[in-house]
Amino acid sequence: MISEDDVKYVAGLSRIYLQDHEVGSLQKDLEKIIGYVEKLQKLDVTDIEPTSHALPLTNVFRDDEIKPSLDRTETMKIAVDQRDGAFKVPKVIE
Amino acid sequence: MNLNELTAHELIDQISSSQISPQDVHKSVRDQIDAVDSKVKAYLRLNDNPQNYDAASPYPIPIAIKDNMCMQGIETTCASKILQGFKSPYDATVIRKLKDSGAILVGNTNMDEFAFGSSTENSAFGPTRNPWNLDCVPGGSSGGSAAAVAANEAIWSIGSDTGGSIRQPAAFCGVVGLKPTYGRVSRYGLIAFASSLDQIGPFTKDVRDSAMLLNIIAGYDPMDSTSADVPVPDYTKALTQDVSGLKIGIPKEYFIDGLDAEVKAAIDESIKVLKDCGAEFVEISLPHTEYAVATYYIVATAEASSNLARFDGVQYGLRSFPEKVRKSSLIDMYEESRDQGFGPESKRRIMLGTYSLSSGYYDAYYLRGLKVRTLIKNDFEKAFESVDAILTPTSPTTAFKVGERSDDPLSMYLSDIFTISANLAGIPAMSMPCGFSQDGLPIGLQLLTKAFDEEMLFRIAHTYEQNTEWHKRRTKFN
Repeated sequence: MISEDDVKYVAGLSRIYLQDHEVGSLQKDLEKIIGYVEKLQKLDVTDIEPTSHALPLTNVFRDDEIKPSLDRTETMKIAVDQRDGAFKVPKVIE
Repeated sequence: MNLNELTAHELIDQISSSQISPQDVHKSVRDQIDAVDSKVKAYLRLNDNPQNYDAASPYPIPIAIKDNMCMQGIETTCASKILQGFKSPYDATVIRKLKDSGAILVGNTNMDEFAFGSSTENSAFGPTRNPWNLDCVPGGSSGGSAAAVAANEAIWSIGSDTGGSIRQPAAFCGVVGLKPTYGRVSRYGLIAFASSLDQIGPFTKDVRDSAMLLNIIAGYDPMDSTSADVPVPDYTKALTQDVSGLKIGIPKEYFIDGLDAEVKAAIDESIKVLKDCGAEFVEISLPHTEYAVATYYIVATAEASSNLARFDGVQYGLRSFPEKVRKSSLIDMYEESRDQGFGPESKRRIMLGTYSLSSGYYDAYYLRGLKVRTLIKNDFEKAFESVDAILTPTSPTTAFKVGERSDDPLSMYLSDIFTISANLAGIPAMSMPCGFSQDGLPIGLQLLTKAFDEEMLFRIAHTYEQNTEWHKRRTKFN
């Protein structure tokens, strides 16, 4: 069971502000989807290793060499707001 | 036939013998876009400064790109308001390889927002229509790329496939769509949805073109640590017409109640064609098939919720503040930017993923999902001990009507029931045309093989294609 309070809690974790009218429909949708995925509880997964990745890759290292990278001035053109070549955001500490 | 209706290998023959120029082909494609894209809406934007035309380059072919692959200096939005105006400072590896091979980048195609969907109705910029019937969806999430090739608005296109997003629209639009083995094609510059499942692949009008396009984009890339350092063969060499002695498995779990009778009849007929060519068919079992959709919607949304955390208004894309608050905090900015920027399906998936990763639910949902993923992967490994390939329908139905499933997320998710397992297992899979319904809508068959055995896919698909005519049909517009 997913309550409207659960929806608001998860929205908070997801850093999404929800308008009041969005809460009800998301509650219904999420409850239906989570109800469907409950079928996984039927399976016995004792001693089964989890697969987080299809390829057997662990610790992909490379040599620590200096190589050309994106030009800073050019790249900062994507910034919503900037000052002195850094991204500018609202004040974090009062 | 007009130039835009030809395949790339036909065009390359004519270009290399100087009968036509790459400009002629591009013009033919652009004329078709002018004529039909107001109806199909395959493209989000056109590239007015494509590469220099070079008839001497190996592949001077007009190609459309799904709008989730970065092209330097060009807007890349994932069909989301949160990325509107974002111009990438670099090229994705796939784009660089296409440019190096002389391809003409026609434009960027529509998609479900962040590739979340199976109909291209979740685009923030309006839906794409199916070129075979404009009342129907083209499938998704790479619906714009599939529709562009089917409507002859591009010779080739590129899509991405996380749970069927190349194969299902390829089936709905009557074109060839390939999801390569996970790691076969670099994901560098592909805006991530679910990093352990995403793979880039080609849309083409026939199997030979698919092999040519995979030749261009495949290969190890140090910029993507999950790309596989495995040699890339010349896939066109696999285009033989010989399946004698091959054993093809038919998984009994795929012939379910919801399978449309016309789709089933077309699949039965394709099995006959391949039998006549010498292939042997055996019934196999993939016992955990019924858990694939549930597993996928745990694993994929968990990864998506993490990947999409970067869209917060801080660096690029949309930044928005609540209207009523005079002085906004950083968190107000995050929350308001994400509320304004993400559409309903993106919010659903981010929240579902956040839920299954959250404290108290991680073991019951996410970790359990990863364990069931192991069971699904093992099903395929076991099956490929006794068969060379597996044949299934690509989707249980033909293209559905626009609006038909958009109010019910779960019924939309179930349209990917046959394609999702390949992503969970990391294996390659292709959809190709194998018939048409009475209503004139295309039907797709899906072939699957073991990891890094795309050559087997091409071999079987090419044999089937050379003994049928489905790939020669073209859409017509009044």
